[in-house]
Amino acid sequence: MAVILFPAVLNGLLTGAVYALVALGLTLIYGVLHIINFAQGALLTVAMFAAFFAHQTFGLDPYVAAVILTPLFFLLGYALQRLVIGPAGHGEDRNILLVTLGLAVVIENALLYAFRGDTRTIDLPYAFDVVEIGTAFLAVPRVIAFCAVMLVALLLWLLMRWTDTGKAIRAVAKEKLGAELAGIDVAHIYAVTFGLGTACLAIAACLLIPTYYVNPSAGNAFVLIAFTIVVLGGMGSVAGALIGGLFVGVVESLSGLYLGESLGQIGIFVMFILVLLLRPSGLFGERT
Amino acid sequence: MRSVTPILVVVAVLASVPLITASNVVLNFLVMALLIALAGQGWNLLGGYGGQYSFGHAAFFGTGAYVTAILQMRYGINAWLGFGIGILAGALVGAVIGWLSFRSGLKGSYFALVTLAFAEVLRIIASVAPITGGGVGILITLDLRPAAFQFQSRAPFYWILLALVGASLLLVRTIEHSRFGAYLVAVRENEDAAAALGVDTMMTKLRAMTLSAAITAAAGCFYVQYFLFVDSGIAYGPWISIEALLAPLIGGVGTVFGPLLGALVVKILGEVTKLVTGDAPGLDLVIYGCVLILVIAFAPRGIAGIIAAVHQRLRVSSGRAADGVGARP
Repeated sequence: MAVILFPAVLNGLLTGAVYALVALGLTLIYGVLHIINFAQGALLTVAMFAAFFAHQTFGLDPYVAAVILTPLFFLLGYALQRLVIGPAGHGEDRNILLVTLGLAVVIENALLYAFRGDTRTIDLPYAFDVVEIGTAFLAVPRVIAFCAVMLVALLLWLLMRWTDTGKAIRAVAKEKLGAELAGIDVAHIYAVTFGLGTACLAIAACLLIPTYYVNPSAGNAFVLIAFTIVVLGGMGSVAGALIGGLFVGVVESLSGLYLGESLGQIGIFVMFILVLLLRPSGLFGERT
Repeated sequence: MRSVTPILVVVAVLASVPLITASNVVLNFLVMALLIALAGQGWNLLGGYGGQYSFGHAAFFGTGAYVTAILQMRYGINAWLGFGIGILAGALVGAVIGWLSFRSGLKGSYFALVTLAFAEVLRIIASVAPITGGGVGILITLDLRPAAFQFQSRAPFYWILLALVGASLLLVRTIEHSRFGAYLVAVRENEDAAAALGVDTMMTKLRAMTLSAAITAAAGCFYVQYFLFVDSGIAYGPWISIEALLAPLIGGVGTVFGPLLGALVVKILGEVTKLVTGDAPGLDLVIYGCVLILVIAFAPRGIAGIIAAVHQRLRVSSGRAADGVGARP
């Protein structure tokens, strides 16, 4: 039994790490702007296409591309919030929700129009390398992804904890009006947060692309999972997103093992609905 | 009576279209527009009047469609009866989802999320369950008799759909002028204040959601009878959730005619896009998304809001003119 279970749990943790990174971006945005970014999945797809073409056209290894794409996606996210979501939302939650939904529709279908529904993959020499831990054989790119996510989470935590920008973000998240009175440029902080959330997606995409495929709806597979993690971990909680991500990865892996692939996803959704209904503030969040 | 007259006029004008033209292109176009108007009116009742934005109205549309199809094909039940039961099933799903989520105090982002998740769960279940035909979907056998809810020409379909749309317009107009409607708007504007004044907010939202689901389910039931086919992507896919909210938002959220107006505009826009670009996949939805963002940015009250503003301005200026004519002491 342990012979099957151990690799399943380990693999679940590796998958969960990438989920956690997608969720990290989502939770960061929720924690500060108090809206759910429905465009998160579509932006992840854009990042995956960017990583794909970085390799295809410029021959860049995805891990090298991450170094370039991350700042680019930060700027993209910053611009989206500053130029589209902020002005169009008029500061009303309902409107902001709809604007992000509209963005998702536009991005996803623009990709469909540009690249058709074809599924693409890249070939890397090390894609099928494995490391052996006990009875488990783990794909090297996935192990790299796991370590990279931990590093990103640590950096993000340091940024939030020790830099002035991090302090400003936390101030805006806690008390927007007070922060504004203290001289913090709230619109700027909103955009920075959105940029950070989007930058997380660029990293996630570069970590995914060696072992995953990309098509215009590839990012969607991660959206509801990311929502689940965010709700599970408590909206706005960085540590919650990380733990929730790993947890969901293991749940998916185990329910896939016992119930089969297609029903494994249902396990996640059922968990999601249950958590939303029973404890909407999440397992780690504060009770509202 | 005065408040009902515009509805009767609009329905009468639309009803005369098949008498003027027998063109299938025109009727097909109008059927799709009315279908979205009906689904959108459901969304409008809950989202527009009640302020509860659902991103998963596909859950109701799909349930109506599947129940109508399954009852006919698997149990041999008469299509008209299946249609009615389909609407009730949609209402039931609405009541259950509403009860679960309102009881947990979900609103705003959370409510949008949970409705989206329910629609998605239903889609996945429908794509594997044997009773829904799994990935193949359900094909309704051709049986061109009015008793089987199938007609030789498109006109009867069109009139039935128009009757449904007309009924939804009258229903929403009646609600608008009722105590329940006032409660609903109070919940939208400030739920805590409404509760403090003695409005049973839970019950109000639940009633709105059930009615809303029934209306959108009716659109789903009609879809199946018209196209004689349904699968999990059509029934529970995100397209219908998006179109159902797009129509009222563009036409004028929280207004009786908003969904109809918005649906016509959206469909015309879609046809024009197809004409210009030659039916490229995805491009019509790109346009819809852009329109959605632009409407929210520049006309948050939709076309109805623009009309009201223009009307207001005309009235003010004509009022001034009248003042000028009248001799002032």
